[in-house]
Amino acid sequence: MFPLLLLLCLPPALAAVDCVNEYRNGYQVRLSIKTALGDQAYDWNESELFLFRATIAFAMRKFTKTEAYEVSNIVVCNQTPRVSFWFIVTSPENPAQAISKNIVEQAVRESRNRINNAFLLTDKSLEFLGIPPTLAAPINPDTPPWLIVFGVVIGAVCAGIVALLIMSFVKRRRGKKAKEVPEEEDQAKGTDKAVTGETFEDRNGVYNLGFADDDRFTQL
Amino acid sequence: MKLQLPNPGLEDRILSHEQLERLEVEEAGDRPKWDNKAQYMLTCVGFCVGLGNVWRFPYLCQSHGGGAFMIPFLILLVLEGVPLLHLEFAIGQRLRKGSLGCWRTVHPYLLGVGLASMCVSLLISLYYNCIIAWIMWYFFNSFQEPLPWSQCPVNANNTGLVSECARSSPVDYFWYRQTLNTTSVIDDTGGLQWWMALCLVSAWAVLYVCCIRGIETTGKAVYVTSTLPYVVLTIFLIRGLTLKGSVDGIKFLFTPDLNELANPSTWLDAGAQVFYSFSLAFGGLISFSSYNSVHNNCEQDAVIISIINAFTSIYAATVIYCIIGFRATERFDDCLNGNILALMNAFDLPEGNVTTDNYDQVVTMFNSTSPDVIQTLHLKTCNLYTFLSEGVEGTGLAFIVFTEAITKMPLSPLWSVLFFIMLFCLGLSSMFGNIEGVLVPLQDLNVFPKKWPKEAITGLTCVVGCLVGLIFVQGSGNYWLALFDTFSGSIPLLIIAFCEMVGVVYIYGIDRFNDDLVFMIGHKPNIFWQVTWRFISPLIMLLILVFYFVTTVTKELSYITWDPDSDNFPTLEEKPYPAWIYAIIFILAGIPSLCVPGAAIFKMIQNHCCKKENEDKTQMVSNVSCQMQDDVSKTNS
Repeated sequence: MFPLLLLLCLPPALAAVDCVNEYRNGYQVRLSIKTALGDQAYDWNESELFLFRATIAFAMRKFTKTEAYEVSNIVVCNQTPRVSFWFIVTSPENPAQAISKNIVEQAVRESRNRINNAFLLTDKSLEFLGIPPTLAAPINPDTPPWLIVFGVVIGAVCAGIVALLIMSFVKRRRGKKAKEVPEEEDQAKGTDKAVTGETFEDRNGVYNLGFADDDRFTQL
Repeated sequence: MKLQLPNPGLEDRILSHEQLERLEVEEAGDRPKWDNKAQYMLTCVGFCVGLGNVWRFPYLCQSHGGGAFMIPFLILLVLEGVPLLHLEFAIGQRLRKGSLGCWRTVHPYLLGVGLASMCVSLLISLYYNCIIAWIMWYFFNSFQEPLPWSQCPVNANNTGLVSECARSSPVDYFWYRQTLNTTSVIDDTGGLQWWMALCLVSAWAVLYVCCIRGIETTGKAVYVTSTLPYVVLTIFLIRGLTLKGSVDGIKFLFTPDLNELANPSTWLDAGAQVFYSFSLAFGGLISFSSYNSVHNNCEQDAVIISIINAFTSIYAATVIYCIIGFRATERFDDCLNGNILALMNAFDLPEGNVTTDNYDQVVTMFNSTSPDVIQTLHLKTCNLYTFLSEGVEGTGLAFIVFTEAITKMPLSPLWSVLFFIMLFCLGLSSMFGNIEGVLVPLQDLNVFPKKWPKEAITGLTCVVGCLVGLIFVQGSGNYWLALFDTFSGSIPLLIIAFCEMVGVVYIYGIDRFNDDLVFMIGHKPNIFWQVTWRFISPLIMLLILVFYFVTTVTKELSYITWDPDSDNFPTLEEKPYPAWIYAIIFILAGIPSLCVPGAAIFKMIQNHCCKKENEDKTQMVSNVSCQMQDDVSKTNS
């Protein structure tokens, strides 16, 4: 495994860039595959590295729009068992010249989502050290959802209040009408009642104690 | 040793047993009645079981020695809670009036006790409904995925997270900034937060619709509000037990530490918790009991409700600590994984080399080989016990700790909705009792004209409550609420409860009270009730009152604030109260407490003046009759 890695570190014949010397134009990449995917983690091997180089080439092509980057333009070195390595992008016209860090950063940021998805990873598990992740713009719905729920609840409550008030009002009117009819009959007896001092019922139905004991009354 | 203070005229003020019997048989009177016993029990259970059972008891339990806290709690429940509860039920059922009417009947000088109950109920209603407004706000916000408190919002130019949120946590940020929009000091009002004002209006509106016709409507509402919390707690228990780390939480909660029993503050906190948990001295229980039939077995009711209350406290504590155990384990795992990642990155180790099992060995190995690298990593110490004992109570538990735990559970919006519905029901059912304790005394005092319908009185009270409650929705509202909670709901209640016991046992007369109980439930209350009513419970109340008073007065008054500019941020910063707060504290705690002696003195003066007038009147009458007799004799002769 290790000798294979060492072989990979040797720059291929075509690309004459020594990535150790050009490190200031390169980026370190770190992958945390097992942490992110758990049981479904894949092994990091040559093919995966090839895919990575291809996606970076794709990102550069998409960003620059004109220049035709090849997989060979992406140079990788310093691989570790952690699964981290450095990469440098070289210019397609002049393989000896490295593309500046800024352009690489912008290209990666633009296609970050595509790169992540190619590896089934996220910004946290596929880290480009030094390139800040592009935060997704927050989705701002026109009406905040809480206002909708509030509207529903307050509507139901108001409907309930109105219904109960109407029911009470109707009950009271019916009660009044029922009282008016027998009251006319009672009016004749009413004066007698007042004189002999039988118990009245207060509006609240409290037993009027003042009239409870009959012997308190002076006999007329 | 039966001390009985003189109480002339008591017979005239109360209904005799024969009259009560007649009232019962003829069903005369418009006094509202419970539709059935279940409504009454559910309303009382709902009043007693409140937010304190969920967010105060678990904290006390855990901080005072876990399982060992049950011992002082249960002892004081039996010696203090149950006797007071039975007393309030019995006196309400016997005198058939609300709290103010009851105490005025027992002795006119005790009017102050009823007034104080009403004041305390009013002050507590004001801030309690604001808590319900907060719960409703979280409930409204639970209907979205992902939950708004699960991630920090992005700052203005999309380069990173909002700084205040990144430094603290998404749940803290959502609570302190997006919900309360809290200021850093109580002096700075911060203006009204319109979204909270809307929630406050909705909270009062829901309360109004449930209380609109008194117990006629609340009696129906309690079928839902008193039973739903138990359903939700059970769902959470089942869900919680399937989560990793929940059993650690329960073990942590109940592991007894018997040394705590020697600490007097444990007993004090247990006594206070029993007292406040039963919602005694608010006047609501007396009111509810007065709507019962005269021969209702109030002794049995008191015992049943006490048992239900204690059981609910313990059950809720179990569920809460289940979820807290899960959260602590998640945090511990995150902490450890963060350290492992740092190690792997620094030493370029392949993944899977360092796991939670061999983490300690690996660290020691690297510490011996390359200690300087280890130093630069700033590895955090991860201790499960520390995470578990981040004892939080009150709003911090519900709105920060629990909401964070919910975000880590799959299907979070569902759990969030269930949790906040449960809190809402717990709070609302307690509010029914509070409002009863405000409305009935107001009616007894004839504050409103007689011809106003009940709906209008309730409506006016709710509108006034909502308007005054707007203090709590401004930027500094959280601090005002804590102030009200600490001062209006503590000392006055203890004083009222003490006066209630003294009033019934020594002014109404324990003999008369015993006879009443024989009439109502058929047998004389046994020796346990006699001893607790006469000596033990008043003594315990007095002790708690004295201790509370001493600790409050000697402590320097300070409050904790959320100050993004402070050095210790995100730790809450303790600041001293400004000088004018002392006036507010006096109004909150002093006025209800001073009502008791104040009203007595007022009545005494009134009586004194009236006695003179009465004497003059009798003299006049005798004069007139003398004159008349003289005239008659003159005409006759």
